[in-house]
Amino acid sequence: MADQYYDPKDLRKFGKITEWSEELGTKFFDYYSTVFEEGALTAREKSLIALAVAHTEQCPYCIDAYTKDGLQKGITKEEMMEAVHVGAAIKSGATLVHGVMMMNKVNKLDG
Amino acid sequence: MNMGATKSLQKSENELADANRQLEILSNGIFQNGELPTFARKIKESNQFPLRPRTLEILQINVGYMCNQVCDHCHVDAGPDRKEIMTWETMELCLEVIRNTGAHTLDLTGGAPEMNPHFRRFVEEASKAGIKDFIVRSNLTIIRANKKYYDLPEFFKKHNVHVISSMPHWTKGKTDKQRGDGVFDKSIKALQDLNAIGYGMPDSDLRLDLVYNPSGAFLPGDQASMEKDFKKALLEDFGIQFHNLFAITNLPIARFLDYLIASENYEDYMYQLVEAYNPTAVANVMCTNTISISWDGWLYDCDFNQMLGLKVNSKVKHISEYNEKVLNNRDIVISQHCYGCTAGAGSSCQGTVT
Repeated sequence: MADQYYDPKDLRKFGKITEWSEELGTKFFDYYSTVFEEGALTAREKSLIALAVAHTEQCPYCIDAYTKDGLQKGITKEEMMEAVHVGAAIKSGATLVHGVMMMNKVNKLDG
Repeated sequence: MNMGATKSLQKSENELADANRQLEILSNGIFQNGELPTFARKIKESNQFPLRPRTLEILQINVGYMCNQVCDHCHVDAGPDRKEIMTWETMELCLEVIRNTGAHTLDLTGGAPEMNPHFRRFVEEASKAGIKDFIVRSNLTIIRANKKYYDLPEFFKKHNVHVISSMPHWTKGKTDKQRGDGVFDKSIKALQDLNAIGYGMPDSDLRLDLVYNPSGAFLPGDQASMEKDFKKALLEDFGIQFHNLFAITNLPIARFLDYLIASENYEDYMYQLVEAYNPTAVANVMCTNTISISWDGWLYDCDFNQMLGLKVNSKVKHISEYNEKVLNNRDIVISQHCYGCTAGAGSSCQGTVT
């Protein structure tokens, strides 16, 4: 085991996942590459969504990959930061909206 | 990426000003210990070694390394402090070749080719040779650099020159970071000047293409998508039109190599290039249909080999002894920088190659 859980070089080995389960690995990568093709959304829009989700998932590999992907697509740092804020807003909103549950419970028990 | 360069590597006495040192770096480390395959080994795997020329289509002439800009990524290490300039005597030898070549495209590059004192006379003479596509690679800011260059758009039009210009991004911030403060505004003005006389307009024969190359240690995105984004932004924001966008990969040589090493991105970048290796691109790389001629008349497989001092592997090595038939029977000189032209959709001075 490496002396740290995350190693940036491991991202290069992602494709090797297939070696231990070829069928599932291949299906995953086929699905993955199809998802990111131009469709109703542009590849650029998909890249920004992926970047925002990478942050809410706090996945260092994904942040690494989709920051680079954004640069390759000509996405500016301002656009990337706005996408990250969208993720952050949903994440914090998702926390805060549960406050309604708390309010409901307080009202029921002590209203 | 922003080193704020104001001097060439040569003027700064940087060790990378020595092409042999660059070639050493490109052959050592991850390529020496077998972590990554050398380019020769890689093309052997797809039976494409040795790399051989196809029919000659493009004569690319570098008329000098002097430039009004000092761009961070420049593979030529060009700048105002570079004094290598093609003489009229060498230009006359080039003209003789241009009049007799089978190539359909003449491609003038630099530095800023317009800074060569014989540039206009050379263009006037060369345009008489009847070459189908006559390209000048203009950095745009030269047109606004000094009054003596203000009429360049008209001069280009008069000689039916196809203008190809670098434009790293449609935003000021990214452009100026790579090419220097004020470059974006001057480039926009120059593009508007070119548009005003017909260059780049949808139905115009006056060709105006833009070159995009990434501002940092990453590969260019899809050329067609980038072109769409560039066209939309430049038209909406500045009313500018152009024909095609060429997405070019930065090759790990000269200033870009210096940047990769200084920013500790070198190994990752080489991994990116090798992982994106595309055998289909190998068959069409520009060294297979181009001859590059340096300011002092030496012959190379491409402008990148020129900067690395890798002359053609042929009996004929200089414009003074030019012979197309002999030259076309040669093995192309390769090293690890060649991965830059075979990554993804491939890369050349005319954009992708697949």
